Amino acid sequence: MTTKAELDKILKALDATKTLEGLQGIIESICAEFGIDHAMYHWVDSAGDHYYFGTYSDAWTTQYQTKNYTRIDPVVLGCYQRFHPVDWKRLDWSTKSAREFLKDASEHGVGNQGYSIPIRGPNGQFALFSVSHTCEDEAWEKFIEDHSRDLILIGHYFNRKALEFEPDRRPEQAQPLSPRELDALTLLGIGYSRAQVAKTLSISEHTLRVYIESARFKLGALNTTHAIARAISAGLIII
Amino acid sequence: MLRYIYARELETCADLAHSMFLDRADQFKTRLGWDVQIDDAGEERDQYDALNPLYVMWEMPDGSHGGSMRFLPTTGPVMVNEVFDNLTGGNPISSPLIWECTRFCLSREAGGNVAGALTLAGLEIMRNLNIAHFAGGFDRRMVRIIAALALAPRSSGRQAQAGIKSALGCGNTMPRPITASPCAQEFPRRFRSFGLICLLGVPRPRRQCA
Repeated sequence: MTTKAELDKILKALDATKTLEGLQGIIESICAEFGIDHAMYHWVDSAGDHYYFGTYSDAWTTQYQTKNYTRIDPVVLGCYQRFHPVDWKRLDWSTKSAREFLKDASEHGVGNQGYSIPIRGPNGQFALFSVSHTCEDEAWEKFIEDHSRDLILIGHYFNRKALEFEPDRRPEQAQPLSPRELDALTLLGIGYSRAQVAKTLSISEHTLRVYIESARFKLGALNTTHAIARAISAGLIII
Repeated sequence: MLRYIYARELETCADLAHSMFLDRADQFKTRLGWDVQIDDAGEERDQYDALNPLYVMWEMPDGSHGGSMRFLPTTGPVMVNEVFDNLTGGNPISSPLIWECTRFCLSREAGGNVAGALTLAGLEIMRNLNIAHFAGGFDRRMVRIIAALALAPRSSGRQAQAGIKSALGCGNTMPRPITASPCAQEFPRRFRSFGLICLLGVPRPRRQCA
């Protein structure tokens, strides 16, 4: 069972990654941590280069490329048309080519269950972060219900990291924390409850929650405690 | 009935889509007098309609549009960060768990149930697409409508600090029972974190609004 502490460890390792190869290790640790068979990240950059990190067999990745499956794969086709994460079962597998693709995939060890997160980066960048496993429908639904938010965030953080390695990349336009976000984290850090912080900042708790959510994402954190720790270690707030 | 459709798939229901864009022109231009663009076909569209947003539409029995809303994730271009940046103090709101909700529109023919159905749709979207919060800029007049949806503002913190003219946290998580949908029972449990945030105030000088 995953714990926030373990996930934080993965994010720290992701942060510290300096090479593309390092990302492969992160993908493997995600599988181990969540107890799933496969995880993968795939991005085609503006120059047409593929970035793929994943745990599928070499035979399958080769097969996928040789057969040019991106043109058939319902996961790719489906995710390209939407912003929201999708359970593979909800995609259109009705065409003959899709069914043949599915058969080939399962023969190559791809799980019968899957969940994919489409990621839109700057300048029309599109990437896909997927997890896959072999299990009953019910177990998979439970897994997704328990972990989808963490997976969504991890997918986006992974993409953020992958973008750092793009050649000729424009300098990072890091999103700074707003004064409001800094105030909120500082007050939470010194032990105020959300209600107290909201009152102190003269905003409603709902507004505060949006600030916190946004700050968490900017800091690459999974939860508020983690976000405060990161803000402190980056010297953004002083407690 | 409720329909959830990405812009890219609107061609599969061209008449309904056309009717929605006409109703948007009617609501935002004719009735509210906002500075929005109407094209030759009489449709109100803006640059965000070109970004493949997700629409929720209420389809009337005759196939026409009864009401709708538009959603985009705040990780990409959204109005709260571009048009309403005076309300956020120029500090973008961004997270895959926060989506923007804009262009809340009701047809003149819409019955009283439509706004409620759209609220239900908003909650369904939160649950099924794993979204923790909605954000959106609203005209002050919307407060009354939001209140009518039983998403009554629980507390409002109007303030002028950090460039935010006034902000209002909305979202009592308990909509009145709107339909007999089996999921309605689950809302209180699932949506304790329902957070519809409205950045109140009409941005000037552009009277464009969400």
